Amino acid sequence: MKTTIVAFLSGIIFSVGLVISGMVNPHKVIGFLDVFGEWDISLMFVMGGAVSFNLIAFRLVTKRDKPFFSENWHLPTASDLDKKLLIGSALFGIGWGIAGICPGPGIVNLVTLKLEAFYFVLSMIMGMLLFHFTKSVWEK
Amino acid sequence: MTESMVLALIGGILIGVSSTTMLGGIGRITGISGILGLSLGKIKAEHLWRYTFLGGLIVGGIGMKISNPEFFDYQLNLPVAHYIIAGLIVGYGTRLGSGCTSGHGVCGISRTAKRSILATITFILFGIITVALKRALL
Repeated sequence: MKTTIVAFLSGIIFSVGLVISGMVNPHKVIGFLDVFGEWDISLMFVMGGAVSFNLIAFRLVTKRDKPFFSENWHLPTASDLDKKLLIGSALFGIGWGIAGICPGPGIVNLVTLKLEAFYFVLSMIMGMLLFHFTKSVWEK
Repeated sequence: MTESMVLALIGGILIGVSSTTMLGGIGRITGISGILGLSLGKIKAEHLWRYTFLGGLIVGGIGMKISNPEFFDYQLNLPVAHYIIAGLIVGYGTRLGSGCTSGHGVCGISRTAKRSILATITFILFGIITVALKRALL
Protein backbone atom coordinates (compact mmCIF):
# COMPACT_ATOMS: atom_id res chain seq x y z
CA MET A 1 0.00 0.00 0.00
CA LYS A 2 2.75 2.43 0.96
CA THR A 3 4.62 1.73 -2.29
CA THR A 4 1.57 2.69 -4.33
CA ILE A 5 1.16 5.98 -2.44
CA VAL A 6 4.87 6.83 -2.73
CA ALA A 7 4.75 6.10 -6.47
CA PHE A 8 1.60 8.17 -6.91
CA LEU A 9 3.08 11.20 -5.13
CA SER A 10 6.36 10.78 -7.04
CA GLY A 11 4.40 10.70 -10.28
CA ILE A 12 2.74 14.00 -9.40
CA ILE A 13 6.06 15.67 -8.49
CA PHE A 14 7.70 14.29 -11.66
CA SER A 15 4.88 15.62 -13.77
CA VAL A 16 5.01 19.08 -12.19
CA GLY A 17 8.76 19.08 -12.85
CA LEU A 18 8.25 18.15 -16.51
CA VAL A 19 5.70 20.95 -16.94
CA ILE A 20 7.60 23.72 -15.11
CA SER A 21 10.88 22.83 -16.81
CA GLY A 22 9.42 23.12 -20.31
CA MET A 23 10.10 19.47 -21.17
CA VAL A 24 6.43 18.99 -22.09
CA ASN A 25 6.73 21.62 -24.81
CA PRO A 26 8.00 19.84 -27.97
CA HIS A 27 9.10 23.15 -29.50
CA LYS A 28 11.52 23.68 -26.61
CA VAL A 29 12.83 20.12 -26.96
CA ILE A 30 13.40 20.56 -30.70
CA GLY A 31 15.14 23.87 -29.89
CA PHE A 32 17.43 22.04 -27.47
CA LEU A 33 18.31 19.44 -30.11
CA ASP A 34 18.71 22.08 -32.84
CA VAL A 35 22.42 22.56 -32.18
CA PHE A 36 23.12 23.67 -35.74
CA GLY A 37 20.13 26.05 -35.86
CA GLU A 38 18.58 28.25 -33.21
CA TRP A 39 19.98 26.34 -30.27
CA ASP A 40 18.04 26.80 -27.03
CA ILE A 41 20.24 25.40 -24.27
CA SER A 42 17.76 26.01 -21.44
CA LEU A 43 16.66 22.36 -21.27
CA MET A 44 20.22 21.40 -20.40
CA PHE A 45 19.36 22.73 -16.95
CA VAL A 46 16.60 20.12 -16.57
CA MET A 47 18.98 17.20 -16.75
CA GLY A 48 21.64 19.26 -15.00
CA GLY A 49 19.30 20.02 -12.08
CA ALA A 50 17.95 16.49 -11.81
CA VAL A 51 21.34 14.78 -12.07
CA SER A 52 23.11 17.19 -9.67
CA PHE A 53 20.39 16.59 -7.11
CA ASN A 54 20.40 12.82 -7.60
CA LEU A 55 24.19 12.42 -7.61
CA ILE A 56 24.11 13.42 -3.95
CA ALA A 57 20.63 12.23 -2.93
CA PHE A 58 20.88 8.75 -4.54
CA ARG A 59 24.08 8.14 -2.62
CA LEU A 60 22.49 9.15 0.66
CA VAL A 61 19.30 7.08 0.32
CA THR A 62 21.04 3.93 -0.92
CA LYS A 63 23.28 3.84 2.18
CA ARG A 64 20.43 2.12 3.98
CA ASP A 65 20.06 -1.69 3.98
CA LYS A 66 16.67 -1.39 2.32
CA PRO A 67 14.35 1.31 1.01
CA PHE A 68 12.10 3.15 3.48
CA PHE A 69 8.83 1.51 2.38
CA SER A 70 9.91 -1.71 0.71
CA GLU A 71 11.91 -4.82 1.58
CA ASN A 72 14.34 -4.86 -1.34
CA TRP A 73 16.27 -2.75 -3.78
CA HIS A 74 15.24 -3.24 -7.40
CA LEU A 75 18.25 -1.96 -9.28
CA PRO A 76 19.31 -2.77 -12.86
CA THR A 77 22.03 -5.38 -13.01
CA ALA A 78 22.92 -5.38 -16.72
CA SER A 79 26.37 -3.99 -17.45
CA ASP A 80 27.14 -4.97 -21.05
CA LEU A 81 27.27 -2.30 -23.71
CA ASP A 82 25.43 -4.34 -26.35
CA LYS A 83 23.81 -3.64 -29.70
CA LYS A 84 20.32 -3.62 -28.17
CA LEU A 85 21.30 -0.69 -25.97
CA LEU A 86 22.91 1.18 -28.86
CA ILE A 87 20.31 0.52 -31.57
CA GLY A 88 17.43 1.08 -29.15
CA SER A 89 18.85 4.39 -27.95
CA ALA A 90 19.59 5.50 -31.52
CA LEU A 91 15.98 4.71 -32.54
CA PHE A 92 14.66 6.55 -29.50
CA GLY A 93 16.82 9.58 -30.41
CA ILE A 94 15.44 9.60 -33.96
CA GLY A 95 11.84 9.48 -32.72
CA TRP A 96 12.59 12.14 -30.11
CA GLY A 97 14.02 14.38 -32.82
CA ILE A 98 11.02 13.88 -35.13
CA ALA A 99 8.31 14.99 -32.69
CA GLY A 100 10.23 16.50 -29.76
CA ILE A 101 8.43 14.22 -27.32
CA CYS A 102 9.86 11.53 -25.04
CA PRO A 103 7.75 9.06 -23.00
CA GLY A 104 7.11 11.10 -19.82
CA PRO A 105 6.17 14.36 -21.56
CA GLY A 106 4.11 12.33 -24.04
CA ILE A 107 1.95 10.98 -21.22
CA VAL A 108 1.68 14.40 -19.52
CA ASN A 109 0.69 15.98 -22.85
CA LEU A 110 -2.49 13.87 -22.79
CA VAL A 111 -3.93 16.44 -20.34
CA THR A 112 -3.93 19.03 -23.14
CA LEU A 113 -6.56 16.78 -24.79
CA LYS A 114 -4.86 17.52 -28.10
CA LEU A 115 -5.49 14.74 -30.59
CA GLU A 116 -1.80 14.65 -31.59
CA ALA A 117 -0.82 13.76 -28.01
CA PHE A 118 -3.14 10.75 -28.15
CA TYR A 119 -1.75 9.69 -31.53
CA PHE A 120 1.76 9.86 -30.08
CA VAL A 121 1.02 7.91 -26.89
CA LEU A 122 -1.07 5.24 -28.64
CA SER A 123 1.67 4.75 -31.25
CA MET A 124 4.28 4.61 -28.47
CA ILE A 125 2.27 1.86 -26.76
CA MET A 126 2.00 0.03 -30.10
CA GLY A 127 5.77 0.33 -30.51
CA MET A 128 6.31 -1.08 -27.00
CA LEU A 129 3.98 -4.01 -27.72
CA LEU A 130 5.71 -4.58 -31.06
CA PHE A 131 9.00 -4.84 -29.19
CA HIS A 132 7.46 -7.28 -26.74
CA PHE A 133 6.43 -9.60 -29.59
CA THR A 134 9.73 -9.31 -31.50
CA LYS A 135 11.99 -9.53 -28.45
CA SER A 136 13.28 -12.97 -29.38
CA VAL A 137 14.74 -11.66 -32.67
CA TRP A 138 17.27 -9.64 -30.67
CA GLU A 139 18.40 -12.53 -28.51
CA LYS A 140 20.27 -14.19 -31.38
CA MET B 1 20.42 33.10 -16.53
CA THR B 2 17.19 33.59 -18.43
CA GLU B 3 13.78 32.87 -16.95
CA SER B 4 13.44 29.65 -18.95
CA MET B 5 16.78 28.41 -17.62
CA VAL B 6 15.65 29.06 -14.04
CA LEU B 7 12.35 27.24 -14.67
CA ALA B 8 14.26 24.37 -16.30
CA LEU B 9 16.50 24.15 -13.23
CA ILE B 10 13.57 24.20 -10.78
CA GLY B 11 11.73 21.59 -12.86
CA GLY B 12 14.88 19.48 -13.06
CA ILE B 13 15.33 19.56 -9.28
CA LEU B 14 11.68 18.46 -8.84
CA ILE B 15 12.39 15.55 -11.19
CA GLY B 16 15.39 14.77 -8.99
CA VAL B 17 13.23 14.92 -5.83
CA SER B 18 10.71 12.57 -7.45
CA SER B 19 13.26 10.01 -8.62
CA THR B 20 15.09 10.10 -5.27
CA THR B 21 11.76 9.53 -3.50
CA MET B 22 11.15 6.52 -5.73
CA LEU B 23 14.61 5.10 -5.13
CA GLY B 24 14.80 5.76 -1.40
CA GLY B 25 11.12 5.03 -0.82
CA ILE B 26 10.47 1.87 -2.80
CA GLY B 27 13.89 1.02 -4.23
CA ARG B 28 12.86 1.60 -7.84
CA ILE B 29 14.40 3.44 -10.78
CA THR B 30 12.09 6.07 -12.24
CA GLY B 31 12.23 5.00 -15.87
CA ILE B 32 9.01 6.00 -17.56
CA SER B 33 9.35 3.83 -20.68
CA GLY B 34 9.95 0.79 -18.47
CA ILE B 35 7.13 1.67 -16.08
CA LEU B 36 4.70 2.07 -18.99
CA GLY B 37 6.02 -0.87 -21.02
CA LEU B 38 5.85 -3.31 -18.11
CA SER B 39 2.37 -2.21 -17.05
CA LEU B 40 0.87 -3.00 -20.48
CA GLY B 41 0.33 -6.73 -19.95
CA LYS B 42 -2.08 -8.49 -17.65
CA ILE B 43 -3.20 -6.49 -14.64
CA LYS B 44 -1.14 -7.69 -11.68
CA ALA B 45 -0.74 -6.59 -8.08
CA GLU B 46 3.04 -6.30 -8.53
CA HIS B 47 2.41 -3.55 -11.10
CA LEU B 48 0.29 -1.48 -8.72
CA TRP B 49 3.06 1.05 -8.07
CA ARG B 50 3.51 1.43 -11.85
CA TYR B 51 -0.17 2.19 -12.35
CA THR B 52 -0.23 4.75 -9.56
CA PHE B 53 2.98 6.43 -10.76
CA LEU B 54 1.45 6.83 -14.24
CA GLY B 55 -1.76 8.06 -12.60
CA GLY B 56 0.32 10.60 -10.69
CA LEU B 57 1.81 11.88 -13.95
CA ILE B 58 -1.69 12.53 -15.27
CA VAL B 59 -2.97 14.05 -12.01
CA GLY B 60 0.07 16.34 -11.77
CA GLY B 61 -0.46 17.40 -15.37
CA ILE B 62 -4.13 18.17 -14.78
CA GLY B 63 -3.24 20.21 -11.69
CA MET B 64 -0.68 22.24 -13.63
CA LYS B 65 -3.09 22.69 -16.53
CA ILE B 66 -5.61 24.20 -14.11
CA SER B 67 -3.21 26.28 -11.99
CA ASN B 68 -0.74 27.40 -14.69
CA PRO B 69 -2.23 26.90 -18.16
CA GLU B 70 0.45 29.17 -19.66
CA PHE B 71 2.91 26.24 -19.53
CA PHE B 72 0.76 24.48 -22.12
CA ASP B 73 0.60 27.46 -24.44
CA TYR B 74 2.03 25.75 -27.52
CA GLN B 75 0.78 23.91 -30.57
CA LEU B 76 1.31 20.31 -31.64
CA ASN B 77 1.35 21.42 -35.25
CA LEU B 78 3.44 18.83 -37.09
CA PRO B 79 1.67 16.60 -39.63
CA VAL B 80 -0.16 13.81 -37.80
CA ALA B 81 2.07 11.17 -39.43
CA HIS B 82 5.08 12.62 -37.57
CA TYR B 83 3.49 11.93 -34.17
CA ILE B 84 2.52 8.40 -35.20
CA ILE B 85 5.94 7.51 -36.63
CA ALA B 86 7.76 9.19 -33.74
CA GLY B 87 5.56 7.39 -31.21
CA LEU B 88 6.21 3.98 -32.76
CA ILE B 89 9.98 4.52 -32.89
CA VAL B 90 10.13 5.96 -29.38
CA GLY B 91 8.08 3.06 -27.99
CA TYR B 92 10.11 0.39 -29.76
CA GLY B 93 13.49 2.06 -29.21
CA THR B 94 13.09 2.78 -25.51
CA ARG B 95 12.09 -0.80 -24.78
CA LEU B 96 14.91 -2.21 -26.92
CA GLY B 97 17.41 0.16 -25.31
CA SER B 98 15.96 -0.43 -21.80
CA GLY B 99 15.28 3.21 -21.07
CA CYS B 100 14.59 6.78 -22.05
CA THR B 101 15.38 10.28 -20.83
CA SER B 102 14.24 9.46 -17.28
CA GLY B 103 15.63 5.97 -16.71
CA HIS B 104 18.95 6.45 -18.50
CA GLY B 105 19.28 10.24 -18.63
CA VAL B 106 18.21 11.17 -15.11
CA CYS B 107 18.56 8.02 -12.98
CA GLY B 108 21.24 6.01 -14.78
CA ILE B 109 23.67 8.89 -15.12
CA SER B 110 23.14 9.73 -11.44
CA ARG B 111 24.12 6.14 -10.61
CA THR B 112 27.10 6.62 -12.97
CA ALA B 113 26.01 3.52 -14.88
CA LYS B 114 28.13 3.08 -18.02
CA ARG B 115 25.18 1.71 -20.02
CA SER B 116 23.08 4.78 -19.22
CA ILE B 117 25.86 7.24 -20.02
CA LEU B 118 26.35 5.56 -23.41
CA ALA B 119 22.58 5.40 -24.03
CA THR B 120 22.12 9.09 -23.19
CA ILE B 121 24.99 10.20 -25.45
CA THR B 122 23.51 8.04 -28.21
CA PHE B 123 19.93 9.30 -28.04
CA ILE B 124 20.92 12.95 -27.71
CA LEU B 125 23.32 12.58 -30.64
CA PHE B 126 20.69 10.91 -32.83
CA GLY B 127 18.14 13.50 -31.73
CA ILE B 128 20.50 16.28 -32.85
CA ILE B 129 21.18 14.54 -36.17
CA THR B 130 17.45 14.01 -36.80
CA VAL B 131 16.58 17.66 -36.09
CA ALA B 132 19.44 18.81 -38.33
CA LEU B 133 18.32 16.49 -41.14
CA LYS B 134 14.70 17.63 -40.81
CA ARG B 135 15.88 21.23 -41.02
CA ALA B 136 17.96 20.49 -44.12
CA LEU B 137 15.44 18.30 -45.96
CA LEU B 138 11.98 19.60 -45.06
